[in-house]
Amino acid sequence: MPNNKKMYDKGKVIAGLCIFVILITFPFWYNLGRATPAPQPKISDKAKAAKECILPTELMKSEHMQLLNEWRDTVVRDAKRIYVSSDGKEYNMSLTNTCLDCHGAKAEFCEKCHNYASVTPYCWDCHIDPKEVK
Amino acid sequence: MESSKRSFLKIAGISALGLGAKPVFDVMASSGEMAKPKTMKGPKALLAKRWGMVIDTRKLRTEEDLKPMIEICNKIHNVPHYDNPLHEIKWIWSEEFENDFPMQEADFLDDRLKHMPFLTLCNHCNQPPCVRVCPTKATFKREDGIVMMDYHRCIGCRFCMAACPYGSRSFNFRDPRPFIKKLYTGYPTRTKGVVEKCDFCSERLAVGEMPGCVEVSKGALAFGDLDDPNSEVRKLLRDNYAIRRKPALGTGPSVFYIV
Repeated sequence: MPNNKKMYDKGKVIAGLCIFVILITFPFWYNLGRATPAPQPKISDKAKAAKECILPTELMKSEHMQLLNEWRDTVVRDAKRIYVSSDGKEYNMSLTNTCLDCHGAKAEFCEKCHNYASVTPYCWDCHIDPKEVK
Repeated sequence: MESSKRSFLKIAGISALGLGAKPVFDVMASSGEMAKPKTMKGPKALLAKRWGMVIDTRKLRTEEDLKPMIEICNKIHNVPHYDNPLHEIKWIWSEEFENDFPMQEADFLDDRLKHMPFLTLCNHCNQPPCVRVCPTKATFKREDGIVMMDYHRCIGCRFCMAACPYGSRSFNFRDPRPFIKKLYTGYPTRTKGVVEKCDFCSERLAVGEMPGCVEVSKGALAFGDLDDPNSEVRKLLRDNYAIRRKPALGTGPSVFYIV
């Protein structure tokens, strides 16, 4: 019986495999130890002074997108524009005039995290950041 | 021995029930202590059953008379200006009698009406055909009769433009931002691929202000509740003969023209 288990071109195959593995994992070890630091959205002075947003900070971090969607539907479809938070404060439900009024330029707040997480919500296709109007 | 096993099982069962119930009570207790956020209309919001407009064309004789109304509207709604008429976006504009009121022309129409510019805008129909055809409910009729656009939902199919018999709707064939002379920060712009139109200044009504065009009209436009017999618009309609655009279509326009 001839030995079928013999590997042809052993040297080339193994060298090729090594090169392949090195190339495919290149992005991982190239970036090893120098991960992009987590973004630090700039909290404006006005927001700092207010201490808390309309919901607890943790909740705002994780659920602002759902909240904005609800605001959008409530304002446009139900014609209700006032939001009363659980501590009784009233807010005008407006991205440009309420959110940005406190949080400052979108480039320093919204986009800090959105760019890092590579999400591109289309809010600003229509809504205006007053700080970017010349 | 037999009885102690029985009592052990009883105690174990009750404890299990108690432990299981605790999270439920916790949730109920926590929802009680903090008020839930709620939403409401602003205290100054103007309310009506059916908003309508009466345009006194006797007070609006020339293009110059219409200009301030058209300009204020374009300004406060970020309506772009295009040189190419095919891209034109219209919320409120001027039109000749024969275009506004086809089938209502007399053979020998009086000279004043024949060459006079008519202020033209969305009629906020009582039976709006645009709403019926919209596949996404992006355009809808509010409880107060305003036919409203939800630009977030519009997919740009333009069925509404085909359905509207008044040409009150315009499509954004291109990104409007670069074509807005001066961005007004109090109102969003639109984006490429959505349809837009007049919404009776719903954003102004919500804070207790009259529509922009009415405010600068020096009394030529009246705005109010068509459902309220004592409103200013109903008084005007009682005392004057007014016509509407294409009434035979049964859309029930809420914009009236005193001629």
